[in-house]
Amino acid sequence: MAQSEQEILEGLAEIVNEETGLDTDQVELDKSFTDDLDIDSLSMMTIVVNAEEKFGVRIPDDEVKNLKTVRDAVNFISNAQG
Amino acid sequence: MSTSAAAPTPKGTGTLISPASTRHSRIMGVGAYRPARVVPNSEIVEQINSSDEWIRERSGIVSRHWAAPDESVIDMAEVAARQAMEHAGITPEQIGFVLMATVTHPYQTPAAAPELAARLGSTAPAMDISAACAGYCYGVAIGSDMVKGGSADHVLVIGVEKLSDFTDPYDRSTAFIFGDGAGACVIGPSDTPGIGPTIWGSEGTQRDTITQTQPWTQIRKSFRGRTMEEAAGGPPLEQAGEPEVGEAAHWPTLAMAGQAVFRWAVWGMAPVAQKAIDAAGITADDLDAFIPHQANIRIIDAMIKQLKLPADIPVARDIVTTANTSAASIPIATTRMLAEKEIPSGGLALQIGFGAGLVYAAQVIVLP
Repeated sequence: MAQSEQEILEGLAEIVNEETGLDTDQVELDKSFTDDLDIDSLSMMTIVVNAEEKFGVRIPDDEVKNLKTVRDAVNFISNAQG
Repeated sequence: MSTSAAAPTPKGTGTLISPASTRHSRIMGVGAYRPARVVPNSEIVEQINSSDEWIRERSGIVSRHWAAPDESVIDMAEVAARQAMEHAGITPEQIGFVLMATVTHPYQTPAAAPELAARLGSTAPAMDISAACAGYCYGVAIGSDMVKGGSADHVLVIGVEKLSDFTDPYDRSTAFIFGDGAGACVIGPSDTPGIGPTIWGSEGTQRDTITQTQPWTQIRKSFRGRTMEEAAGGPPLEQAGEPEVGEAAHWPTLAMAGQAVFRWAVWGMAPVAQKAIDAAGITADDLDAFIPHQANIRIIDAMIKQLKLPADIPVARDIVTTANTSAASIPIATTRMLAEKEIPSGGLALQIGFGAGLVYAAQVIVLP
């Protein structure tokens, strides 16, 4: 079931909040996971696995490095949901 | 195969006898050895353009022990083995098998285990196990079955690594991870079950996730037709005008795809650990200790979360001061936690090893 980009963004923000404690409203589309949100590679992997579960998609290890911004992740999930 | 000749028939005059053993097994004693030299993060950071804080955040590691240049895996194993034998109360004559789990014994052959056995004054059968960070749990599984099956009364299992010999000090993802050390246990017969069923397996399709950077045969190629003697006696390859020396002759080290390992270790291994708990016929609430392979503090913490382990169960976090010692990490942690009375003798411990292969093994044991 495809979700709107806004729904995906909100869901992703909850996951980021759970892993890092960052406020959900800080998770904006143009933010970089590493530079702006200070999320390291292992936290990113935790976020990826939780996102897979939440959104019912598969995000391969090789793809994770391409998800630089929140927008990248939202787009990937949105496309993967079809 | 030819089918023209008639198949031979067996004589049928002899019947094998084999003891039908029904005994159980248990870990009777443990021992550990950490090399004297403590290497703090400050000694590592320059080559990888990093910081103490960065290493602590990503791995939990504050310091590690490195063996002396002339200190071998057999030297380290001997200390841990003698301690385990003393704890178990057995003599060298009682050792029925020596299983040595290591991936850093620098001889392709012979194995390290026979030499260790000889040093201990034993002529018991002896062999090495190559199962990387799962090596100790593999050894416990095999040793337990040997005792239960009757092929040995006491099995000495050692996990030992000198990973500093195979670490690339310039590799940002591994330079700070590895440490050296040895841990051992003695498995013997028991009236009651002391080692639960092992849940184990392999995922060879993921071989590249953790691997030696190049095979030994690649180094041989770098000699380009010269014999070892000629190469050793002649000028360095650079001066001899040999091309690509830096690449071809590069010493093999261990490389790791960190994120992929993290995903596999946490979300792949937590269900394995749960299966080991279930197979032992207990629940997580019954555990007195959780002793996972010391790969990374983040893996350990995430695994606890996935397993929903009760908060009051002591968890091994030796990674902080011993780093990742591969096959040695579980027995080193077990020995320390018992010595410091952090965990009770006679209590139940869940141990799980996982690493290069990829391979894994988990079992619940009664602490000696």
